Amino acid sequence: MKIHEYQAKEILARFGVPVPRGQVAANAEQAAQVARDLGGESWVVKAQIHAGGRGKGGGVKICRSLEEVKKASSDILGMQLVTPQTGPEGRKVKRVLVTEACVIDRELYAGIVLDRKTSKPILMVSAEGGVEIEEVAARSPEKIIKESFSAVAGLHPYQGRALARKVGLTGQHLQPAASMFVKLARAFLDSDASLVEVNPLVLSRDGRLLALDAKFTIDDNAVFRHPDIKEYRDLDEEDPQEVRASQFDLSYIKLDGSIGCMVNGAGLAMATLDIIQHWGGKPANFLDVGGGATAEKVTEAFKIILEDQNVRAILVNIFGGIMKCDVIATGILAAVKSTALKVPLVVRLEGTNVEKGKEILRGSSLNILLADNLSEAAKKVVAAAGAPASGPSRGGGKGP
Amino acid sequence: MSVLIGKSTRLLVQGITGNTGAFHTRQAVQYGTNVVAGATPGRGGTDLDGIPVFDTVEEAVRQTGANASVIYVPPPFAADAILEAACQVPLVVCITEGIPALDMSRVVEELKSSRASSTVRLIGPNCPGIITPGESKIGIMPGYIHQPGPIGVVSRSGTLTYEAVFQLTSLQLGQASCIGIGGDPVVGTSFVDCLRLFEGDPATKGVVLIGEIGGTGEEEAAEFIRASMKKPVAAFIAGRSAPPGKRMGHAGAIISGGKGTAVEKIKALEQAGAKVAATPDKIGETMKALL
Repeated sequence: MKIHEYQAKEILARFGVPVPRGQVAANAEQAAQVARDLGGESWVVKAQIHAGGRGKGGGVKICRSLEEVKKASSDILGMQLVTPQTGPEGRKVKRVLVTEACVIDRELYAGIVLDRKTSKPILMVSAEGGVEIEEVAARSPEKIIKESFSAVAGLHPYQGRALARKVGLTGQHLQPAASMFVKLARAFLDSDASLVEVNPLVLSRDGRLLALDAKFTIDDNAVFRHPDIKEYRDLDEEDPQEVRASQFDLSYIKLDGSIGCMVNGAGLAMATLDIIQHWGGKPANFLDVGGGATAEKVTEAFKIILEDQNVRAILVNIFGGIMKCDVIATGILAAVKSTALKVPLVVRLEGTNVEKGKEILRGSSLNILLADNLSEAAKKVVAAAGAPASGPSRGGGKGP
Repeated sequence: MSVLIGKSTRLLVQGITGNTGAFHTRQAVQYGTNVVAGATPGRGGTDLDGIPVFDTVEEAVRQTGANASVIYVPPPFAADAILEAACQVPLVVCITEGIPALDMSRVVEELKSSRASSTVRLIGPNCPGIITPGESKIGIMPGYIHQPGPIGVVSRSGTLTYEAVFQLTSLQLGQASCIGIGGDPVVGTSFVDCLRLFEGDPATKGVVLIGEIGGTGEEEAAEFIRASMKKPVAAFIAGRSAPPGKRMGHAGAIISGGKGTAVEKIKALEQAGAKVAATPDKIGETMKALL
């Protein structure tokens, strides 16, 4: 689960990580009031959306008067902010964070993720902050200092000091930096984060270390034990179909093709998208109905797939193990009827009671194309969707 | 012959009284698995179809001589259940999906530092389990698609593994062992661990490896194949068409920072001498061609 910058900073502040003073505002008047209350001579107005690169899209403004704060806020609020991470349609800004501005002496980076290799959290710091850390990692990986730490004990102060030294935070800055790293690690662990990023972490002209920006992603599997963080969820930032799918325990991800997919199991679902692409089609979505797909779930899955106007054909690929094919077939028929399905439907069933399942589908008057294996299913659905299916195209051409 | 489980496996089921636990216990018994005990705190003294239920794993093991445990405990309590089992039995299979990742990080750390460390093996979590066809089934895979034979299967996925096994069986290629290692970022047993077991098992003649996007487990597997394996390996990597930054169902299946792509993994495996099936319907054939 992603949260907003201002929420991330609330969490950090709770753990004693210094952040610039500030408040969130929903309109220009409020924003100006926040600036007035903060005092000082300059402020930063920052768009609050769940995507990075906000500065590049004009979502971050430095203001030198209350009038400028008001102007910047009314410009940013309500805009469709386009950043490298939002896609071309951008994201509507509903809130801005107004903070004190500070004169920056140095920009650093700090980030924490769970390292799969060691199964431990790992704190990464770099003296090169303020830029995309992936760029630093690609250009000069030695400039990212890594320290893995125990999820039981947290980051030890000595580890914090070692990191601080390695990124040049020495002398009077050594202890505050070490303490900040220890607290960041604590914030990561105690909020069950899967990612914490402070970029930039700055050393201000007046000698303060501050988390100037903050990004938190919370482990979806752990949100249940953080009712306060759960409150932070902003459904407006999420795809409405994905939200609805999750309410029915379906895992749905919208893609940009024309072939709707419904599969049981994440690995098989991914493999199904792959084979569709291999035969020249483009999947409209990833949808995993999970292990215990009932008729209701299948119906709901169909509805969600069909809400996507780009869908021109649907492929259902079910490997019935514990879940029986005849039960699935009955569920599919019910779903087709209740959604008054108009686009072609290809079904590939395999596993327990497969013959019974196919009989049920064949026996219906509905127009359902059956396929005996994965390849055939993919070819049929690609043809039905009207995409070229003359020969295999190399999959994976879409990657980065 | 097989790895990890077989006829001598005496299984304990943690969470045996829940819906999922009870259902899969009955399926396992039907398959021929020797289920000797169940454990559910507060339900000690009861039974499931004659299988005695105990309050604690310690008691269950003492009374029944169980030597493996399978966990169907809900996610908030699963990490604790793993640790409880790891003190008592050498093999722990955790089926539970949705365990907080940091809980697993703590479990792995504790397993490494405890005295049980050198002997206990954790499979999963969020996995279908492990099966030695014709002998013992620990987990939720449909037993009937399997057939005894010479292939070792290791996979991060559930239904995609069934698909592969189904293809193998259809081609008359039975399986010595099938291990689902799970789709989470932190798992107890890696691809490399399983490949090492298969390489050392005389009954295993060929290996099917099924990976997916995210992490570096497949790249590490490739390195092991290159350096230490003589047996042929057929592979498939799911997620060629997955866009970066989107989590594809499994908590571990995400391409982040341009890392963990299918293309990289396929390249690593092929360079190591494994044969990678281009499409998921060719996994069985790819294995057959290597034998």
